[in-house]
Amino acid sequence: MALSESDVERIAHLARLELTADEKIRYAQQLSAILDYAAQLSQINVDGIAPTASVLSVRSVMREGDLVSGELPRKDALANAPKTDGASFEVQGTFADAD
Amino acid sequence: MSLTSLTVHGAREMLRNKEISAVELTRAFFERIHALNPRLNIYLTLNEVEALAQAAAADVRIAAGEDTPVLGVPIAIKDVLSTIGLRTTAGSKILEHYVPTWDATSIARLRTAGAVFLGKVNCDEFAMGSSTENSAYGPTRNPWDETRVPGGSSGGSAAAVAADLCCAAIGTDTGGSVRQPAAMCGITGLKNSYGRVSRYGLIAFGSSLDSVGPLTKDARDAALLLSVMAGNDPLDSTSVHVPVASPEVALHKNLNGLRIGVPREYFIDGMQPEVVAAVRAAIDQLVSLGATVREISLPNTSLGLPVYYLIAPAEVSANLSRFDGVRYGLRVQGTDLIDTYKKTRGAGFGPEVKRRIMLGTYALSAGYYDAYYIRAQKVRTLIKQDFEAALQEVDVIAAPVTPTTAFKIGENVNDPIKMYLEDVFTLPLSLSGFCGLSVPCGFDQQGLPIGLQLMGPAFGEATILSVAHAYQQTTDWHMQKPDLAVGS
Repeated sequence: MALSESDVERIAHLARLELTADEKIRYAQQLSAILDYAAQLSQINVDGIAPTASVLSVRSVMREGDLVSGELPRKDALANAPKTDGASFEVQGTFADAD
Repeated sequence: MSLTSLTVHGAREMLRNKEISAVELTRAFFERIHALNPRLNIYLTLNEVEALAQAAAADVRIAAGEDTPVLGVPIAIKDVLSTIGLRTTAGSKILEHYVPTWDATSIARLRTAGAVFLGKVNCDEFAMGSSTENSAYGPTRNPWDETRVPGGSSGGSAAAVAADLCCAAIGTDTGGSVRQPAAMCGITGLKNSYGRVSRYGLIAFGSSLDSVGPLTKDARDAALLLSVMAGNDPLDSTSVHVPVASPEVALHKNLNGLRIGVPREYFIDGMQPEVVAAVRAAIDQLVSLGATVREISLPNTSLGLPVYYLIAPAEVSANLSRFDGVRYGLRVQGTDLIDTYKKTRGAGFGPEVKRRIMLGTYALSAGYYDAYYIRAQKVRTLIKQDFEAALQEVDVIAAPVTPTTAFKIGENVNDPIKMYLEDVFTLPLSLSGFCGLSVPCGFDQQGLPIGLQLMGPAFGEATILSVAHAYQQTTDWHMQKPDLAVGS
């Protein structure tokens, strides 16, 4: 499985990662090698085998009488934010001309 | 014997008998940390002021007759576990200035029980790695040979224990990150069963695999720390209600009639012969203590690596999407919001984290999801079934932890697959969710430690700890210390 640099660019866009030109070349090679290694799984017969997403046999349960408690105070929630106005997180507009 | 070489139970005994105070013990550790840390690069953040206050508070509780397994005992914490008011970087530049506003549940339980937190220790970035070289803050050095890695990702935790820079340390194991550095640093490391210890407040890596566990000077200490941290937590829906055996129960099993299985797939070409010899000798020792041994097969062992390196990165790509420069951590402003995300993540994450995010994003992307991710999950089922079948026939599985002893810093950094192969004997158990541990069982000709891996069923920690404890009662590998000339 050889990934091209444009494949790498597409994946990087999906992952919201800016890569340098060097990184694109390196990741194209390294990801191709790792995917080649992983290709051995296609040789394994998994007919009728269920996928394991969690090793636990327990299922998610709803809590009874779930009272709100231990809520995060606003100042704690904002404590590590790169930019706030003291009451909320500040970010750029989501749409191009929303600023 | 110096105070800093004390085990948790040894320290507790002296504290209980008022032979030392927690403040005195804590000061001794900071003195040694100040002397050795510049060389070994183990602690990323020291908690000196707060630790001395915790120690003073513990002394008051001890004077009042209180007793817990960790009251007044100084420990180190891997920097992926949230600690309230204490910087937590996850070994990443993206969280360089992050100060959590809450404790991980495992840490909160240790805090309530009166443990003293010396500081936060180095690890591979977001716990992704096998050598601690992926830390944005430089590699930790192996106390047995400072030109070598301590293993990873809990390399700082393992090195801190080996260098007597704490009584014990807390680490995390997703694919071997407690067992492998424990083996390479000659200490004891317990990977708990998935769900045994709450993951709440652990900065998430692979959510179906992550576990929190102790790295200690002996098996008794591992049992003690487990007893404090384990148990259901309403804040982690995957934490279980299964009771944990008390350390006294866990450590007093007789090995007579214990059935040990030795998987043939864990002795492969290219392994260091001294590792094979030391592990075989350790198994012979267990037989001399009353156990029986037989060869078993875990036929899908070699598939653990490709399965893990699809499933774990897939979970990484989802978990690390939260680092977008909005609510915490680094922000690098771009031309628009999407560009800000990209620039922030491009600048904040290191090479291995980016590699795994890319790999996981690809494995989950349209057209590849079934071929890679779902297929890997199906093979994961086969690997889990291997362990289930084997543990019907034997009580414990014994094997090496790593194919080789600690490698040189820089030796594997340019070859991801070679680095990933370091975990070939720890990944399958992680995929099964069962428990395992590493105990020191010898040294190679260069004086580097070798680990014996003991693996048991889900929530079977008491069994593997009892075997490790019995082994340590009749061997002294775990008592060996690296020669670290201090103050010369």
